Amino acid sequence: MKLRLTEAIKTFVSHFLLIVLSFISLFPAFWIIMSSFKTGNSLFSDSLIPKEFTFIHYKELFEQTKYLLWFLNTLKVAALSTLLGTFLLLLTSYAISRYRFTGRKTTLTALLVLQMFPGFMAMIAVYVLLNTLGLLNSHWALVLVYSSGAIITNVFVAKGFFDTIPKSLEDAARMDGASHMKVFISIMIPLSKPMLTYASLMIFNGCFVDFIFADLVLRTEETRTLAVGLFRMVNQSNSTEFTLFAAGAVLVALPVTLLFIFLQRFLVDGLTAGASKG
Amino acid sequence: MQKKTGAALLSAVIPGLGQFYNRQWLKGLVFLLVGSAGIYFIAHDLAGHLRGLITLGEFPSRMVKVGKLTRMVEGDHSIFMMIDGLMALQALLFYTAFHLLNIRDAFLVGAAQDRKEPIHSFGESLRYMGRRNFAYLVLAIPFVAVVFLTILPLVFSVLLAFTNYADPILPPAHLVEWVGFGNFNKMITLDVWSSTFGGVLTWTLIWAVIATATTYIGGVLIAVLIHQPRVRCKKLWRTLLIVPFAIPNMISLLVMRNMFNNQFGPINSYLRALGLEGVAWLTNPFWAKVTVILANMWIGIPVTMILAFGVLTTIPRDMYEAAEVDGAGSFFKFRMITLPMVLFATSPILIMQFAGNINSFNVIYLMTNGEPVNPNYQYAGHTDLLVTWLYKLALNQSQYSFASVIGIVIFLLVATFSIWSYRRTRSYKEEDMIA
Repeated sequence: MKLRLTEAIKTFVSHFLLIVLSFISLFPAFWIIMSSFKTGNSLFSDSLIPKEFTFIHYKELFEQTKYLLWFLNTLKVAALSTLLGTFLLLLTSYAISRYRFTGRKTTLTALLVLQMFPGFMAMIAVYVLLNTLGLLNSHWALVLVYSSGAIITNVFVAKGFFDTIPKSLEDAARMDGASHMKVFISIMIPLSKPMLTYASLMIFNGCFVDFIFADLVLRTEETRTLAVGLFRMVNQSNSTEFTLFAAGAVLVALPVTLLFIFLQRFLVDGLTAGASKG
Repeated sequence: MQKKTGAALLSAVIPGLGQFYNRQWLKGLVFLLVGSAGIYFIAHDLAGHLRGLITLGEFPSRMVKVGKLTRMVEGDHSIFMMIDGLMALQALLFYTAFHLLNIRDAFLVGAAQDRKEPIHSFGESLRYMGRRNFAYLVLAIPFVAVVFLTILPLVFSVLLAFTNYADPILPPAHLVEWVGFGNFNKMITLDVWSSTFGGVLTWTLIWAVIATATTYIGGVLIAVLIHQPRVRCKKLWRTLLIVPFAIPNMISLLVMRNMFNNQFGPINSYLRALGLEGVAWLTNPFWAKVTVILANMWIGIPVTMILAFGVLTTIPRDMYEAAEVDGAGSFFKFRMITLPMVLFATSPILIMQFAGNINSFNVIYLMTNGEPVNPNYQYAGHTDLLVTWLYKLALNQSQYSFASVIGIVIFLLVATFSIWSYRRTRSYKEEDMIA
């Protein structure tokens, strides 16, 4: 009888803790969504759930800022960078993982060392470089920088993935007379779909939310991306137009959050694989 | 004289000549064109640029008398000269590599002909290259991208640490000069810099330890909590608790900055509603540090939780059953089975996360922007980490050379921890298992 009681208490406590934790986990999202529907523009409110709901802030957002344009810019930059970045990443990690060539160890070490420099350090130099190439204020500059950066940040996860594909699979295909290109395209690429999904999601997310480098490169309001636009808005009018910021935050976060939850399985797999493979 | 020696010597003098000597006309022509273009640029442009890299400019902006008028004459722009010089240096390295390859090719083909092997046509050579050097072909594009967009800028930034490029010495009005280890010296000996550097470095290390420990312990505990057999709807809890990971952290941090707002934020209003006094979350030096750590926990715990989950599901059930047979309680099972297994499998990540936390820019920059301001610090606040200080030095204060010094310090910190952990990971140890 006593054992049953302790078991019941334990079950209750565990579930109670989980409810509290879930509340903490969801609260910021819930609060910002509620705030975006609130009337007025102040940060302060007497109740969590507003007494009247209004869509006015979303309307304002589209009227006062170039929100739609920024969204399209972001989508363009992020999509192109994801495509190019994933492609470059695929090439690099595949070659490093599957081939033994002179200079391979050096390449690996170099990539490892490059990962360790803080990303901001080279920013000034990239800026000067883009300036000399006349690429400032252009989306292509962002795409180029993001996709080459994607190689550095993701190469070890991707390499680790290719390391797990058995060599015999490749050998069998080669025995049947398949060329290097054929092996790569018809065996390796289909097999690496989970890794590619994970990597491209990470690259996409990185481009979507970058507000530092993009701010440096993009000089006019027409070329801005969402993250830059939102960050500037926050910096200019933090507490004065809080509800407008709330609406903006919801709209920026929504696509990425949905994408993440929708692709949860790949993320969990990729994260676990990346961690155990180094 | 053997053909291989002759061909190699000819190619060493003029690229392509050895290939002609080997009677590979098309290949020789390609090499000759690339080689002469290279030599032309070296003779014409490179020397000036390389000289610029060494001197960083000789003429500052100055007034010059032209007839009766004095005119402002634009001086050398040290920073542009430095970038040009670096690019020239890179071009020179590329050319040297090409030249050596060209000699090697002439030598190898010559040697094959000495052995009376048939001469390959140009098409055959290309196909052969595609088979033999597939890896190099595949790596060519990423290589160029990384060299220009990552390595070149990084070398430039590292070099900046050895110049005096900091406000007020900004080109084109002034010339920048090489100062050797002068900036490093100042960082340690000059009081204004050394006190800031010491303070920020200490807080960076404390932050990295606490941030790593809290997210790690929190993540493991939550994973264990959900993993208990008595918990219902595991999937639901897991999904609910993953949400912070799914929201872009740039957004969630900006949202939390408002939540922690001292006057109007909801957290303080709830505390006041409970009859407590609100806390100065963002303006008190101590509480600001607490706030950033709390925010970091909210963001970081889900990641460790996912990882710990992965480990927990691999622990065989019969281990627990065996322990139960021996009369072990749940705490004992956790202490003797779960914890060691999870720790063992996740320890490499722990070190990687520590290295990552040294660089966690977003949390600090978006939550507090390094504030509250510390009057004893040079351009930094109480919560500034080395990275955010670097950012402020470079982008707000134009102290580029000092920013680069900080960058190098961060690199050394991260490198020490990463190399230590990387040597322990499977991908390093089992490197050639599949080959």
